Amino acid sequence: MVYEFDWSSIPGALPILWDGMAVSLEITLIAIVVGIVWGTLLAMMRLSSIKPLSLFAAGYVNLFRAVPLVMVLLWFFLIVPRFIADLFGLPPNTDLRLASAMIGFALFESAYYSEIIRAGIQSVPKGQMAACQALGMTYGQAMRLVILPQAFRNMVPLLLTQAIILFQDTSLVYVSALADFFGSAYKVGDRDGRLVELLLFAGLVYFVLCFAASMLVKHLQKKYQPA
Amino acid sequence: MIQISHVSKNYGSFDVLKDCSTTVSKGEVIVVCGPSGSGKSTLIKCVNGLEPFQSGEIIVNGTSVGDPKTNLSKLRAHVGMVFQNFELFPHMSITQNLAIAQVKVLGRQQDEAIDKGLKLLDRVGLKAHAHKFPGQLSGGQQQRVAIARALAMDPICMLFDEPTSALDPEMVNEVLDVMTELAQEGMTMMCVTHEMGFAKRVANRVIFMDHGRIVEDDSKEAFFANPRSERAQQFLAKILHH
Repeated sequence: MVYEFDWSSIPGALPILWDGMAVSLEITLIAIVVGIVWGTLLAMMRLSSIKPLSLFAAGYVNLFRAVPLVMVLLWFFLIVPRFIADLFGLPPNTDLRLASAMIGFALFESAYYSEIIRAGIQSVPKGQMAACQALGMTYGQAMRLVILPQAFRNMVPLLLTQAIILFQDTSLVYVSALADFFGSAYKVGDRDGRLVELLLFAGLVYFVLCFAASMLVKHLQKKYQPA
Repeated sequence: MIQISHVSKNYGSFDVLKDCSTTVSKGEVIVVCGPSGSGKSTLIKCVNGLEPFQSGEIIVNGTSVGDPKTNLSKLRAHVGMVFQNFELFPHMSITQNLAIAQVKVLGRQQDEAIDKGLKLLDRVGLKAHAHKFPGQLSGGQQQRVAIARALAMDPICMLFDEPTSALDPEMVNEVLDVMTELAQEGMTMMCVTHEMGFAKRVANRVIFMDHGRIVEDDSKEAFFANPRSERAQQFLAKILHH
């Protein structure tokens, strides 16, 4: 017997799915912001001539790049809520799943961002740092005013591409039973016995968003490509 | 002004500088020349501490460059340097390039810094380009901006590291003219360059280096008329031939 598609449960589920999308986007945004800030610090540590700093950053990056994201999310799901609750004296039933998912994500993605940013910093000619120093700037001033602005300009396409991957990766938070977009679609499908339709629909939404975003990145890349 | 005494530097077992000593007095113009790989660029970069050295001492205006207690940033703020590849900041306009270190390093007001920058830009003949970005200027123009940027810091001396080597031939003179003018105004200068015409015109002394050693350190008259070492004779014969 041929499977008969029944899409009727989707319209009614749209508000739930929309809330789920909001959660996915929220996690993506926080992870991007923290990932870029913490990733920049990691990249600078990695390139630093101070051995303990560069070893720490190298260890951090290698650790997070060598374990699956799902596992990191589960660790954080199991450990962080209790830790935060203890730290702030919150009642044990406070829902910290979103917070721990965000922290897990941000720390994981920082490892990837730091590698992109490290390459970006290294793409700025060495003479620029020498010129800054010759003008009397400190290392920090040179980084902040001259090196990082150029590095970020060079790596905008890569950062955006990584953001798209990150958005897709947020679907993995379903392991912590968090109602992100994917998790919501799964729940609705399960409830209505229409899992196939809901997952196809969710897949279509992911595809449309990510494909449109990567087209945009390509367009930007062409437009701002250095001559 | 600059005293270099017994400076040596090595990368592992390779000696880049071997026991180099010389002095540059206030108002003197010194040209440093020699074949590539002779250590002349390294020597000039040791003067403002961009390159560390293992032994010997360099004193600039009473401050020891190699001393770990020296605040190198403070020293460098008053030692101008011009690089082979200009090293203007490509993400800033010419005006910003001229002002940024004045504001961030010397603590000048933005208006004052821009004013000073524009005056110096006028002096190198590029006032009309103030609003442009480095990528829109020719190599010679960029190098003149780089000189103006260094001068904006009111340097006590200027270091030039092959300032014309990356330029198309027709742009060399516009940069040398600015440097000549600067020399005639009494700026203390140390220039690594192959431009022997410039050396003949404005240098007080010429230093010739080979394999990390200072082989000749003589008045320009003596150097050009009668180089003592065979290596310098060969070098001059090759370079002055054309």
